[in-house]
Amino acid sequence: MIAETTKETTKNTNEVKEQYQKFAGRKIAFIFFSALLLVLISGISASLGSAGITIWEAYATILHRFFPAYFHTTWLAETCVWDLRLPRITLGILTGFNLGIAGAVMQGILRNPLASPYTLGISAGASFGATLAIIAGFGFIGGGYLIIGNAFVFAMLCSFIIITFASRKDTTPETLILVGIAILYIFSAATIILQYFGEEEAVAAAVFWTVGGLDRASWDQVFMSVIILACCAPLLMVKAWDLNVMLIGDEVARSLGVNVNRVRIYTLSIMTLMVASTICFTGTIGFIGLVAPHMARLVIGGDNRFLLPASGIVGAELLVSADILGRNIIPPVVLPVGAITACMGGPLLLYLVKKRKEI
Amino acid sequence: MKLKIKLKIKDIEFGYGSTPVLENVCLEVAPSEVVSICGPNGAGKTTLLRCINRILRPTKGSILLDGHEVKNMRMSEIARHIGYVPQSTANVFPVTVFDMVLMGRRPHLGWRSSEADIEKVVEILKMMKIENLAMRDFSGLSGGQQQKVIIARALAQEPNILLLDEPTSNLDIKHQLEVMEIIKNLSIEKGISVITAVHDLNLASRYADKIILMKGGRIVCAGSPASVLTPENILAVYGVEAVVKSELEKPYIVPIKPKRGEEITHIQKCTN
Repeated sequence: MIAETTKETTKNTNEVKEQYQKFAGRKIAFIFFSALLLVLISGISASLGSAGITIWEAYATILHRFFPAYFHTTWLAETCVWDLRLPRITLGILTGFNLGIAGAVMQGILRNPLASPYTLGISAGASFGATLAIIAGFGFIGGGYLIIGNAFVFAMLCSFIIITFASRKDTTPETLILVGIAILYIFSAATIILQYFGEEEAVAAAVFWTVGGLDRASWDQVFMSVIILACCAPLLMVKAWDLNVMLIGDEVARSLGVNVNRVRIYTLSIMTLMVASTICFTGTIGFIGLVAPHMARLVIGGDNRFLLPASGIVGAELLVSADILGRNIIPPVVLPVGAITACMGGPLLLYLVKKRKEI
Repeated sequence: MKLKIKLKIKDIEFGYGSTPVLENVCLEVAPSEVVSICGPNGAGKTTLLRCINRILRPTKGSILLDGHEVKNMRMSEIARHIGYVPQSTANVFPVTVFDMVLMGRRPHLGWRSSEADIEKVVEILKMMKIENLAMRDFSGLSGGQQQKVIIARALAQEPNILLLDEPTSNLDIKHQLEVMEIIKNLSIEKGISVITAVHDLNLASRYADKIILMKGGRIVCAGSPASVLTPENILAVYGVEAVVKSELEKPYIVPIKPKRGEEITHIQKCTN
């Protein structure tokens, strides 16, 4: 092995630097092209349906709002795209983005490739909250926000329990995963018991909520999610370096000056807020949070400064694509996007595992 | 040239729960000095290292870095003075060698890695002669290569003090010597103080200026290799009968057999 070191010609300083910068360039290119692809997928999603709008008409309709002088549209296209499809698509993008980033953060701070917002019981908490509102009519916030408010509050509650554990001095990532799984079971059990005693129709509604979908999307929801995302994403990005260092172990991270517990609590709180802010509208959508970071990592590696945004974009692409499938497999039936991601997720994960072995 | 900093450890104690792991440990390390900590498993070697850079907080006593209390310093400040090479690195996710070493710049870094940081990493990779591994995945490397990368990461911190936890334990003899040579040269050329836990008494004897023998959380004996590595001390600390010869002007230990029966408590007093 040393022979190998000496045999290879010694590279000069510039060459190593160039190699590194080329790799960094590749990461930025990946993020850029993924973003383009997301725009394309969104355009396709906006054009598909019974109204017979082409993808160019869809883009023109979207741009018409901003530059009415340059782009023209029809009343039909305007209604279809702006009132029916765009809220759905943008909420899909936001949800996917949040789940993707959340997954990447969780896998990092827990140093576990299986971690996702599901693993820590956050989704189970949201489901329980929604079920409680639908079946028992109990909630913290009344009126139209009964279900949404409950889902949000219980998702945050789960995360609060986990953070309580995380702030103890000797907590390891393994402990947190066990706590998360315990919470997952507790809330799933509670949900099942509620469903057992519920009215038939209410139970159906609750189950329907649990399998997340974008059907209830509205512009109000989109605005709320955008605000939360815009506030939270930069707060997470600031910690990208600390997350990088934590990947190689708490002990080393501490020796490099990172307050591991504090970073874990900080990122967990922000991440839960992001996830809760969208899954309270959509219901639980699985696998995006698990698969998106793996797909991104496969191409651009583990540097969280690039991985976080890339996972978010890939997550958004996956979710919007899944929604396209759900709307068009057996029209006019719209399959909930949660059902599609659940079907896609397993095989996709198997494929990624196989691919990773080949590398 | 970096400031030369002296490390002074006074009376520190540490325990997990109610079991004491370290008791009354005192130690002084001068710039450029290589100190080896030796002792049987469970003697408290790793715990002592972790207390020095505050991965663990000692329950009593003080650690002074050039006169400043370590416990009053911010973690990132400590990280700018003390580099740490742990016993093993477990990786779940892929990391390139370059990024691994760049992590050592964390205590100095803003969000963006500046040109200067990148150049520093390249310089260190070259110094450790691992620049051709820069873009390789860390977990695909051999044990010896990995150890060099980890030492490179600690050097990227630009520390005054380097703590190493059994840096040679998984290496073949050539890599053992290479790693110890690197450490020794660093201490001479850069004035870095090195504190390293070592199992191999002969490696310690060859490369250390000072050896500390620990047992049961206490320092039993400290001083030059020749004064510490005596048959009596080895018997008392390890319970092993040994012959001490002299090779390359250093004591050379040949362990003979484990001693059965009663513990020997007599320890030869040694001074520097």
